[in-house]
Amino acid sequence: MRKRSLVPILYIAFLMLPIYWLVAMSFKTTGEILSGFSLFPQTFTLENYRVIFTDPTWYWGYINSILYVSLNTVISVCVALPAAYAFSRYRFLGDKQLFFWLLTNRMAPAAVFALPFFQLYSSVGLFDTHLAVALAHCLFNIPLAVWILEGFMGGVPKELDETAYVDGYSFPRFFVTIFLPTIKAGVGVAAFFCFMFSWVELLLAKTLTAVEAKPIAATMTKTASSAGYELGLLAAAGTLTIIPGAIVIYFVRNYIAKGFALGRV
Amino acid sequence: MRTENQKAWFFVLPVLLLVAFNALVPIMTVVNYSVQETFGNNVFFWQGLDWFEQILRSDRFQAALGRQFLFTFLILIIEVPLGIAIALSMPRQGFWVPVCLVTMALPMLIPWNVVGAMWNIFTLPEIGLLGYLMNNTLGIPYDMTQNPFAAWVTIITMDVWHWTSLVVLLSYAGLVSIPDAYYQAAKIDGASPWKVFRYIQLPKMKTVLTIAILLRFMDSFNIYTEPFVLTGGGPGNSTTLLSIDLVKIALGQFDLGPAAAMSLIYFAITLLVSWLFYTLMTKDDVK
Repeated sequence: MRKRSLVPILYIAFLMLPIYWLVAMSFKTTGEILSGFSLFPQTFTLENYRVIFTDPTWYWGYINSILYVSLNTVISVCVALPAAYAFSRYRFLGDKQLFFWLLTNRMAPAAVFALPFFQLYSSVGLFDTHLAVALAHCLFNIPLAVWILEGFMGGVPKELDETAYVDGYSFPRFFVTIFLPTIKAGVGVAAFFCFMFSWVELLLAKTLTAVEAKPIAATMTKTASSAGYELGLLAAAGTLTIIPGAIVIYFVRNYIAKGFALGRV
Repeated sequence: MRTENQKAWFFVLPVLLLVAFNALVPIMTVVNYSVQETFGNNVFFWQGLDWFEQILRSDRFQAALGRQFLFTFLILIIEVPLGIAIALSMPRQGFWVPVCLVTMALPMLIPWNVVGAMWNIFTLPEIGLLGYLMNNTLGIPYDMTQNPFAAWVTIITMDVWHWTSLVVLLSYAGLVSIPDAYYQAAKIDGASPWKVFRYIQLPKMKTVLTIAILLRFMDSFNIYTEPFVLTGGGPGNSTTLLSIDLVKIALGQFDLGPAAAMSLIYFAITLLVSWLFYTLMTKDDVK
């Protein structure tokens, strides 16, 4: 366009530089990375990716991460929907306090909770399961989902509900067939944020798992310390962690832009 | 208006149970540790509030807290205006909108330890792109493992890289919701770009900006993984933020009592500041 479009272009270039470096390294051999500086891979290799796709400890890391993240997204959005509806439509005893209390859980530093979480989930026998991580991530994802959904629901006029009841809809039928489609942008945005925060969180995920449900990020840190410094392999693994997020953001791109504007605090 | 209905509690119940399970049990464990002393073997002695006093008085805690506030302050003061500026200059429609949104959101979807690791590699003096360019092409000595100032610049740059897009996305969402009629009216009145921003765009962005600033405050105040992977808190203690120090005490030295007391103080500060933000920014909303 004009001079104005320079700002986003520069910003995107700044964002892409470290990502480019990671991707470029993933196509280099570790020897080439350590031997010195090169802007492009001199000996282009797919060896790093081959290792990841053939070694079960590597690719199971990805499967584990995707499993608990999906589980968490489904749980968070499903329980947040009725709660957000209650907050946006009704006044009840302690509603304001409850809402703020929910938000406070987003403020709790994960570092604070790491050790107690380990003890809690060990004692209920969920340690090292996907469910444990999915439930633990509910701590910060449910409040966020409620917050976002409440904003979207607040933008839907109450007359919609009343008209539906007059027309003889029962509450569950109204909620599923009329209300949900109306706020589907909000559900998309909430699901996106749940996915995102669960996917990128590592501290709790690592604390709550050992072997069976170990996330990819933990596999990476263990490899980094045990097998020396396999930089090429780590770069390839890092590159692959970007892909699920990129796919998800692609699906919700239109909702993100239009959707958030309806939200309120 | 919302109607009074106590049955709404049933709708909230699943959320309440799940979050309470995750929040109350661990926080009670922490409270429990914070008032006791242990010498191992699960033998505990009542300690009262000694740990709290000790932590609050310790130079180490005060220094870490100071660094934490400085970090969060710098983050907010850079990311919020920058994010708004970028959102203002983005195209409003057409092919480039989804391209911008997807590429800008990308850094936020990378696991935090990968973010730390990739910035670590990116800044290595001899083999990293940034480190190499700074030292060998531009001739600026730059090594964040040696120089505290370089380490600070690096973690701030990393966070700006990582999270400015959140502010951009939210501000942009606020901007696209403004009807064209507003701009036309402003044009007829001959309003300057600054006036358009101040009286049309900024008020329309207020709610989404509140979300953005609150989220950025909470997350930058609780930041752990990225700076830990990037600098490990060094050189020396120069980038040891509050949570890094906390994990050092809790898991490194296994001082459960002081660590628990520190957690509670930390949580209380986050809570207090967030509450202040929340009340200040929502005070003139019409409910």
